[in-house]
Amino acid sequence: MTILGFRVPMMASLLVWCVVWEAVGQSGALFLIPPLSDVLTAMVALVQTGTWQAAALTTLHSFVLGMFFAITAGTLLGVLMGRFPAVDNLLGIWVNIFVSAPLSALVPVLMILFGMGETTVVVTVFLFAVWIIVLDARAGIQGVPPSLVEMGRSYGASAFTLYARIILPAALPEILAGIRLGLVRGVKGVVIGQLLVSIIGYGELFELYSRNFDMTNFWALTLILFAAAMLLSALVEALEKRVDYYAGVR
Amino acid sequence: MEALRGIDLDFPTGRLTTLLGPSGCGKTTLLKIIAGLIPASAGEVRVNGRVVTGPGPERAFVFQDFALMPWATVLRNVAFGLELKGMGKDERQSIARRYIAEVGLSGFENKYPHELSGGMRQRVGLARAFAVNADVLLLDEPFSAVDEQNRRKFQEDLLRLVALEKKTFIFVTHSIEEAVYCSDRIVILSRRPGRVAEIIEPQIDRSAPPDAIRRDQGYLDTVEEIWQGLKRYVD
Repeated sequence: MTILGFRVPMMASLLVWCVVWEAVGQSGALFLIPPLSDVLTAMVALVQTGTWQAAALTTLHSFVLGMFFAITAGTLLGVLMGRFPAVDNLLGIWVNIFVSAPLSALVPVLMILFGMGETTVVVTVFLFAVWIIVLDARAGIQGVPPSLVEMGRSYGASAFTLYARIILPAALPEILAGIRLGLVRGVKGVVIGQLLVSIIGYGELFELYSRNFDMTNFWALTLILFAAAMLLSALVEALEKRVDYYAGVR
Repeated sequence: MEALRGIDLDFPTGRLTTLLGPSGCGKTTLLKIIAGLIPASAGEVRVNGRVVTGPGPERAFVFQDFALMPWATVLRNVAFGLELKGMGKDERQSIARRYIAEVGLSGFENKYPHELSGGMRQRVGLARAFAVNADVLLLDEPFSAVDEQNRRKFQEDLLRLVALEKKTFIFVTHSIEEAVYCSDRIVILSRRPGRVAEIIEPQIDRSAPPDAIRRDQGYLDTVEEIWQGLKRYVD
């Protein structure tokens, strides 16, 4: 972007909004919005507290566990659906319903099923993340050129080799795209799950700060979460770019 | 749907036999049945007298759309048939390098398919088929996705490789000129269900330079004769 002939770097707009935030915060017009500088200071202080570290660990634990199941089950299901029309016909409608359903509404039901603890949060992460992973893996598998599969068969690949060395690598770009989208949804899932259960991890902290109108710490917590989600997504995106390069033109 | 009916053919060693016919006559189906990629509803395929079912190491396939793995280098693509057989890395790579040189791709071993032109990609496909040292090479319209100029050069190279490799080549094409230029025998199939309509053996002096062959009277007459026969199938 250029303004009046000057090249403006990509992050400039973010800077503008930071300044606006600081100005609004300093003016004291909205008590919900404390100055950004206070929030950043609080952020530094927050990450050093034992409460935050414990909460972050709990959250990370639920997230990693939920994502592990989501990626494993999602990829497996997507591959099956992509390869076998019968499985696709049987499950396709459910995957498509769940991928767009308001899953937050299900969390109270999950609480009844799995209790007010970590299990519910893990299941929430799983349910938020898994469907998009299934759909993308399925699309990737269906996009594998039939001739590549015939090539494997004609040169004597066993069924296992065919999947391991041809079908899965060929579908890898789409599978990774699904995992990236799944990770972002999983972050939503872990926060929503913990908020509704509201006695563990990040959800407990959110609940504590917002109930006491401690907006500075509330925003600090939110910013950390945003940064973490974006970082995760960027990491997978970098991996995707590498794979895309190898996959080249398809 | 019946694609083929009453096909009884033999393909002699060291020669290139072409399956030619109107589109939808089942020539690719026949080739894939020979390759073992499609099961035949009746009949059998014999290689060196032995009945074969399913794909086997004595046959190698060259695909119309090349079927290269986009994430693998030229070297790995060419060596892939040997990799599937479980051959050690050094051994299969040295064999692959030899065939990469033979198809004229020396220096491109570490390139990826998307860095190559269509003609070069098909050379990779051909080298992969040669590398497994099969008795029978099955080529499914190998030049149809290659541009005209590269195709001519490629056809000339193929003739050199046929003479060099002494294998059985079965070639599917829809181009009459290509069939006459490359083949020792041309099997003409009729419209669906495909049957053997005619077998032609072009009488062309193969020792002549390529440009002379394309102007040879026998070449031109054969092209014309086949066209007259196939014309009635074209809508």
